[in-house]
Amino acid sequence: MENQNNVRNEIIRRSGVNPRKCMKCGKCSGTCPAYDEMEYHPHQFVSMVESGDIEPLLNSKSIYRCLTCFACVDRCPRGVEPAKLIEAVRLTAVRKQGENHLKADDIPALLDDDLPQQAIVSAFRKYTK
Amino acid sequence: MQRIGVFVCWCGSNIAGTVDVQKVAEALRNEPGVVHSANYQYMCSQAGQELIKDAIKEHKLTGIVVCSCSPRMHEATFRKTAQAAGLNPYMVEIANIREQCSWIHKDMAEGTEKAIVLGRTAIAKVNLNAPLTPGESPVTKRALVIGGGIAGIQTALDIADAGFYVDIVEKKPTIGGKMAQLDKTFPTLDCAACILTPKMVDVAQHERIRIFSYSEVEEVKGFVGNFDVKIKKKARFVKEDVCTGCGLCTEKCPQKKVPNEFNLGMDNRRAIYIPFAQAVPKVATIDADYCTMLKTGKCGVCSKVCTAKAIDYTQKDEIIEEKYGAIVAATGFNPISMDKFDEFAYNQSKDVITSLEFERLMNAAGPTAGKLLRPSDGVHPHKIVFVQCVGSRCSSCAEKGKEYCSKICCMYTAKHAMLTRDKYPDTDVTVFYIDVRTPGKQFDEFYRRAVEEYGVHYIKGMVGKVSPEGNKLIVQGSDLLDNKQLKIEADLVVLAAAIEPDKSARPLATMLTASMDTNDFFTEAHPKLRPVESPTAGIFLSGACQGPRDIPETVAQAGAAAAKVIGLLSKDKLTGNPCVAHSDEMMCNGCSSCERVCPYGAITYADKEFRGPNRTTLIRRVAQVNEAICQGCGCCTVACPSGAMDLKGFASKQIMAEVDAICK
Repeated sequence: MENQNNVRNEIIRRSGVNPRKCMKCGKCSGTCPAYDEMEYHPHQFVSMVESGDIEPLLNSKSIYRCLTCFACVDRCPRGVEPAKLIEAVRLTAVRKQGENHLKADDIPALLDDDLPQQAIVSAFRKYTK
Repeated sequence: MQRIGVFVCWCGSNIAGTVDVQKVAEALRNEPGVVHSANYQYMCSQAGQELIKDAIKEHKLTGIVVCSCSPRMHEATFRKTAQAAGLNPYMVEIANIREQCSWIHKDMAEGTEKAIVLGRTAIAKVNLNAPLTPGESPVTKRALVIGGGIAGIQTALDIADAGFYVDIVEKKPTIGGKMAQLDKTFPTLDCAACILTPKMVDVAQHERIRIFSYSEVEEVKGFVGNFDVKIKKKARFVKEDVCTGCGLCTEKCPQKKVPNEFNLGMDNRRAIYIPFAQAVPKVATIDADYCTMLKTGKCGVCSKVCTAKAIDYTQKDEIIEEKYGAIVAATGFNPISMDKFDEFAYNQSKDVITSLEFERLMNAAGPTAGKLLRPSDGVHPHKIVFVQCVGSRCSSCAEKGKEYCSKICCMYTAKHAMLTRDKYPDTDVTVFYIDVRTPGKQFDEFYRRAVEEYGVHYIKGMVGKVSPEGNKLIVQGSDLLDNKQLKIEADLVVLAAAIEPDKSARPLATMLTASMDTNDFFTEAHPKLRPVESPTAGIFLSGACQGPRDIPETVAQAGAAAAKVIGLLSKDKLTGNPCVAHSDEMMCNGCSSCERVCPYGAITYADKEFRGPNRTTLIRRVAQVNEAICQGCGCCTVACPSGAMDLKGFASKQIMAEVDAICK
């Protein structure tokens, strides 16, 4: 429970979003072009993060379906900025400790002459423990 | 030396919860001049006031300090108490140890310490107080109502029926306001014109009401009971007292392409026009921006056809000066502009309209003669989507929407949906809502009837975007209860635009020195207990200029404002404020600085004789304050370079004594 709360608070801190400003009008989901691709929709991200129900969001493909087009941010009448919240949930998933999305052995196959060294370094930092 | 009594109030636990009232009373007992100090649970109660009266008599007090709530709350109460015990009411000082102390502190020791300082400050002032006697000023028994909508009409009728004269100033060519543009009214669905126009006629025929239509307030001077107002009567190029309102000119005028503002630009009128058939006064007006005669000097058709010879192309704006005892602001509202809401395609498609435009489309005297037809192609729509809260409850962007709930939209949208289904059962109606807010007598029943009897589809959710495709409008919105995103093919989209105060309200408030909130609604003197009065004496508020409200509430408030005006005008004299400026003639150097800064015109200069050395006489030019006009604002005391100007009750010496007491 406490851990769940920490995750919630971290997502809120990282996004800078105050989900309590939401008045549940649904304009974000009404406006979202990726709506049909998502299991959880923008307005659900806001209410689920607020109630601390984060686990289903972390495990859902919905976090990768958001296009970050910011239509919801632009049109939200209360300035909640759902896309920033979704981004923060996505970051929580990719930064999860010990997940090792990028393994050292896979690197040679990914190398490309045009790829800057720095990109590999930062990818390592982001995707491994 | 004064004999001062100190009375510390507990205010239940409001003060006593954070301030040790016992300790405060004990500490203040030792201040200079204090001969008596007491504390009590509720000083403003009957028992508390008796305690003060008894102490004044028993200890022969010459001044009292009450440590309690803000003086805005109970200064008047305690002044009356003192007066009843034979003390001059201006020998009372309030130390605000509630709003400025107990309510903002949590720590008892800190709160107590500050309360003692505030008490000491008030004592320092009372030590220098002198008894003051207020002057009297006469009351002009005539009221001015600014705005001729239903709010102004009702206020004017109620004041005039009580026997006082009233002038209505309306900037449009006719009175009637927004209500005249409405089709039906909720929750009874009687037609707006049927209930409004008889009132407009009552106004026109009332022997004590004058209507200044096509006029604006230009300047307001003076104070409660004695306002001097300049009203600009704009040139309408038609002699009001000669025109019979036959309307022949409005049919013959060759300039046919003038957007008709009464129908919100959905059709055209002529350059000479009468806004609508029941207009009051029923007099034609020439629109100078479009009239060919006024612009080029070539036409004159209206003048030729007018049998009454009422047309006068040489008419000029006229300034009318009048005195009033009271002024009522009834400047009303407007729907906000939809220009910034690109997502609803209001500027892209003629078939996206606002609710007020929908009212005109449904009205028998509207651009379609009451037939519901799409503005783009004149075809009857079979699928209509209503969107509520467009720009209301919108806190993200101040220049786009309004943070408040516009209050009237839920009901008029239910009305529009119901009327559509009633007249055109083949038309499908969907309403997108965030919350349906229908508190009011027969209001929720009305909304439920739209759903249950008329089959209007209410969807909890907001429309994200409207995209015109061919002759359809694709409405994309969310259905939160079914957790779905909907795409509806609509023929017509109606936006319930937020309402905002009329743009004329802000400059008017400046003229009236009446305060406004950040949304440009007039502020009331007290949100609960004085809802129809402005904090500025003699200025009253009626209708939607004070906040969003519907017709029943507006009429009720209009009557309430009228009652307050009648209460004021029925007095023969008003007791003034004795805390006014006065000039020490021996110190005045005649520089006129005070005269220049006085906002009320209360200061004049006169040559006076003074005794000089060796039995000579000197003539000196010195300032004189008209106490009946001075409002005690204190501008002159700051401007005076020689320190001759001072305020009674707030003398520089008293203020400095207070500062010293705080710093001690």
